[in-house]
Amino acid sequence: MRQTALAMVHELARRDPRVLFIGSDLSPGVLKGMKEEMPERFFMEGVSEAYVIGMAAGMAMDGFIPYINTIATFLTRRCLEQICIDACLENLPLRLIASGGGLVYAPLGPTHLATDDIALLRPLPNMAIVAPSDAEEMRRLMEASLTWDGPLYIRLGKGGDPVVSRADAGFAIGRAILMRPANRVLIVSTGVMTSRALAAADLLDTIGCGVLHMHTIKPLDTEGLLTAAAGAELVVTLEEHTRIGGLGSAVVEALSDAGCLKPVLRLGLPDRFPEGYGSQDHLLELAGLQPPQVADAIHKALNR
Amino acid sequence: MIENWKREARRPMDARSRYLRSLVIDALEGGGRGHVGSTLSLIEIVRVLYDDVLRVRPDDPAWPDRDRFILSKGHGCLALYAVLADKGFFPVEALKEQCRPGAMLGGHPQRGHTPGVEASTGALGHGLALGVGMALAARLQRRPSRTFVVMGDGELDEGSVWEAAMAASKHRLDNLVALVDYNKLQSYGSVAEVLDLEPLADKWRSFGFAVAEVDGHDVNGLRNRLTALPFESGRPSMLICHTVKGKGLDFAEGQALWHHKARIEAPDVARMRQALETAR
Repeated sequence: MRQTALAMVHELARRDPRVLFIGSDLSPGVLKGMKEEMPERFFMEGVSEAYVIGMAAGMAMDGFIPYINTIATFLTRRCLEQICIDACLENLPLRLIASGGGLVYAPLGPTHLATDDIALLRPLPNMAIVAPSDAEEMRRLMEASLTWDGPLYIRLGKGGDPVVSRADAGFAIGRAILMRPANRVLIVSTGVMTSRALAAADLLDTIGCGVLHMHTIKPLDTEGLLTAAAGAELVVTLEEHTRIGGLGSAVVEALSDAGCLKPVLRLGLPDRFPEGYGSQDHLLELAGLQPPQVADAIHKALNR
Repeated sequence: MIENWKREARRPMDARSRYLRSLVIDALEGGGRGHVGSTLSLIEIVRVLYDDVLRVRPDDPAWPDRDRFILSKGHGCLALYAVLADKGFFPVEALKEQCRPGAMLGGHPQRGHTPGVEASTGALGHGLALGVGMALAARLQRRPSRTFVVMGDGELDEGSVWEAAMAASKHRLDNLVALVDYNKLQSYGSVAEVLDLEPLADKWRSFGFAVAEVDGHDVNGLRNRLTALPFESGRPSMLICHTVKGKGLDFAEGQALWHHKARIEAPDVARMRQALETAR
């Protein structure tokens, strides 16, 4: 997913002279081709995220479209004020490509686990937040990113995530994709959890479980949500993020604002720092977010 | 050395500096509040930039080839507002409305809200990074624009300033000019006590800047320095301006309590106007 995102930055830069790439201190050889082809639009600025956001905003004020890439936790926690004031207040087209959304960096521990990035950014006016399900969808998102008006946060998965998106479903920032229509239950998921939502829905085949892929968490596609959830007796949200302030919160807020009061089961990470290391899958299992666990939780909720 | 700068600042204040300060007092009176000391130390710096240095067009604030001015110490905005109004970016009458409901002028500068304001500042430590970005943009777009960033001394406590300083030097941005309004007082008290910056000029030199120092109230000295830019080819410039907080109001000068006043009433305004008449 990350490789696709970065390759697309190069492709977009070829097409549009306003496109820049700015990294903090990334792996050797990142976007080598772009650096050779257009060195003046390739920046590797060092471990200085607060500065990087300000510098990118300064360039955006004069018409550039900066694509910034670094690790999600540093990109959000470290420079939240710069993102808020320099990018969001000015509604500038910064594209924040966040490596390691959620539990991707499980072996590296809590300093690198971006389990609160969506909650940190969601209250910032003008900010859009997108979490694609796989590399193919990432390609479609990057195409759409060029013309998006305002700051955009792009949450990356681990890489090699199973491809569940379909080209024929199209892609527009802010428009949810109904992967499977709902009967009794609708799972609303984002990012790489959509593949797990689909797997859980397979296990719940007898009760008719729909899946709405909410790749854009902000602006939330309220209309798509209400339509998809119309006939369901239970809405389930599934995310690789703390249960506070992420997709589940956004869905509950939207349903409440629309006067749609139906039961919502919010599945996400508990309000504590993840313990132990292992792998992303291991930590998801500890949090009860793997497909069989999701299916169990839905069964229990239906029988409550 | 700091004492020497202070003594040099004791020259008679000319009519223009006095007039710009009177506009600041109009704004303080209108809004009933404001950063008094932090504004008055800045007047000559902003005055000389807009009178003699910056290539800007008040009737066309978005002119692409303009020089950019960022008041990174946004709390000193009344100095900027006074000069922008005087230059015709907006009517002088707007000063009297500052901070009121629906006003064009707020307690910190806001881009897109006030004509002539290039960046929304007030959260400290943002301006130099923005300035680096603007200077890089000018270079890429082959524009002659230069970028000027004025920071406060207390603001230099922010680590992001030094991140941006390293980058300005790495990119050899000689179209970038940073200035420090070094009035030696931050909100709580003396800079030397809260978080000492010395040796300040050496710090900036070691970060790759060409550094000069000036009495920040000496109009001719500021003009001489700022019309011979860059200080050194291939390096960003840093002008350390030694100033007096509250300059022009004898009772406020060097007084940390006059950094900000949340309530300014008629007797305060009368006292300010009276003090300004005899300002040196």
